[in-house]
Amino acid sequence: MTYSLLDLLALDFVRNALVAGVVLAVLAGLLGPLVVGRGMAFSVHGTAELAFAGGAGALLVFGTEAIGWGALIGAVLVALLFGALGRAQRERDSVIGVLLSFGLGLGVLFQALYTGRSANKFGLLVGQIVGVDVGDVLTLTVVGVVVLVVLAVVRRPLLFASLDPDMAAARGVPVRALSIVFAVLLGVTVALGVQIVGALLVLCLLITPAAAAAQVTASPTLASVLAVVFAEIAVVGGIVASLDAGLPISPFVASIAFVIYLVCRALGALRTRRRVAVATP
Amino acid sequence: MPWGPLRDLFVEVLLVTPSIRLTDAEVRRGGRTLWTGLDLDVEPGEFVAVLGPNGSGKTTLLTVLLGLLPLAVGTCEVAGRAPHRGSADVGYVPQQTSMDALTPLRGRDLVGLGLDGHRFGLPFRGRAERARKVREALLQVDALDLADAPVGALSGGEQQRLRIAQALVGDPGLLLADEPLHSLDLARQRAVVELLERRRREHGTAVVFVTHELNPVLPVTDRVLYLVDGRFRIGTPDEVMTSETLSELYRTDVDVVRVRDRIVVVGAEDRLVHTGGGPR
Ligand SMILES: Nc1ncnc2c1ncn2[C@@H]1O[C@H](COP(=O)(O)OP(=O)(O)O)[C@@H](O)[C@H]1O
Ligand SMILES: [Mg+2]
Repeated sequence: MTYSLLDLLALDFVRNALVAGVVLAVLAGLLGPLVVGRGMAFSVHGTAELAFAGGAGALLVFGTEAIGWGALIGAVLVALLFGALGRAQRERDSVIGVLLSFGLGLGVLFQALYTGRSANKFGLLVGQIVGVDVGDVLTLTVVGVVVLVVLAVVRRPLLFASLDPDMAAARGVPVRALSIVFAVLLGVTVALGVQIVGALLVLCLLITPAAAAAQVTASPTLASVLAVVFAEIAVVGGIVASLDAGLPISPFVASIAFVIYLVCRALGALRTRRRVAVATP
Repeated sequence: MPWGPLRDLFVEVLLVTPSIRLTDAEVRRGGRTLWTGLDLDVEPGEFVAVLGPNGSGKTTLLTVLLGLLPLAVGTCEVAGRAPHRGSADVGYVPQQTSMDALTPLRGRDLVGLGLDGHRFGLPFRGRAERARKVREALLQVDALDLADAPVGALSGGEQQRLRIAQALVGDPGLLLADEPLHSLDLARQRAVVELLERRRREHGTAVVFVTHELNPVLPVTDRVLYLVDGRFRIGTPDEVMTSETLSELYRTDVDVVRVRDRIVVVGAEDRLVHTGGGPR
């Protein structure tokens, strides 16, 4: 028994899911290249696990309405902490690893203690995009617009501070303040992402599209545009495919993003080979 | 009007603002005084080489001139004003750091960040003018062919040329360069030095050049600032690079020998890192 895409689109929950996915993918696509440029992929993973812990804790103590706030508080707090860690990669990685595993353990404990519907539990890990309602979509859109406006204002100095921090500091860019701003933007996006696609998939939207884009272009603007496009393809494709197959969204989004990454890597390798061939005739 | 040229001459001769004026300057870092009582005026177009062993505070001097670190004592002026972060008057070539291979920046982007990377807001206005300035800076360092290359894929020398373009794109009156010859081969070193020499000749840009090796810049150096353990000497290369002066600075016997057009320093080997002429 199959439905056509149009039949699916007529359903409210499908439309909500798609709008939420589209907004989330825009945010993830725009932040992704900065995350990759700042070497913060692991931080995003850690942030997602603590959003999961925050959401699970809020669910246990306050019930389903509080999940969003719990996830937001968990994500922003820990993103700020990660943002404040120095640039020494090794120390940063170990601190993130410590907090990530602690958060994951805490989240699992909260979930084990929770006695309500199990769908509420697993949603935070693997996503519950079909459970998105109009209110969620509205929140997401408003937050999305705010993030976009902030990003538009700070984009150039943020790019400078992210990719060329010493020079940026010498030119008077408030590098520290910007890393706090970025941490908040990232925390908010991760918290929203955790509720919609789940903690496991947030990485897939924030990292994979940006990493794929970096393989095929060195232009910062084009990299952002491509990352958004890739994230959209993965999310929208994932939603449609999961509805069609009646399976969770995660494997589809992850697989589509992964295939895009592989294709970009291949293109990138070709590009490099061509450049080397030109440089050494 | 006959007065015009005369007045211009007057202004030029008498009222030239020094590019840098340090008066009785003292710097502390982590509770330790790095140097104190430093008086230094640098005129427009002057080339000052800053020498000294590791940790003597050369980079810190540039940090002060960039307005990133206040003096503990004394005053500092850059182009007649207290130095301030993000000043368009000052170009800066940082100590070499290599860019990650997948950094999403092309040559033109890196240079462009030097022009307006510190500005907030949307970059809608003046795009053509911006592109022209970036192109001109790339042209100055002979790097137009690097405009579209990913910076992470470039060699150290190529990245260094882009760094210099990035420092020059804002048309600064003062250029601060931190060991820009480091890890460059002799030909590249010569190219960088020629570039800076042309820049100061044609634009009157003062250059403060931190280096481990004086010889590559010896022909263009007007004055040397030599820092050792808080002691320092300022003067022409001939005044500073003598056995007597360096022995005093290092508090041990140091011999300075002129061999052809190079200066060779012998002694205090554990401290000295600049004795060679070319790449180490
Ligand atoms: N941010 C800092 N905080 C405290 N001490 C510093 C800082 N930066 C440099 N120093 C110290 O100041 C001294 C001078 O450093 P620096 O100016 O980098 O020396 P140089 O460039 O001559 O090798 C060194 O002893 C260094 O440890
Ligand atoms: Mg230094």
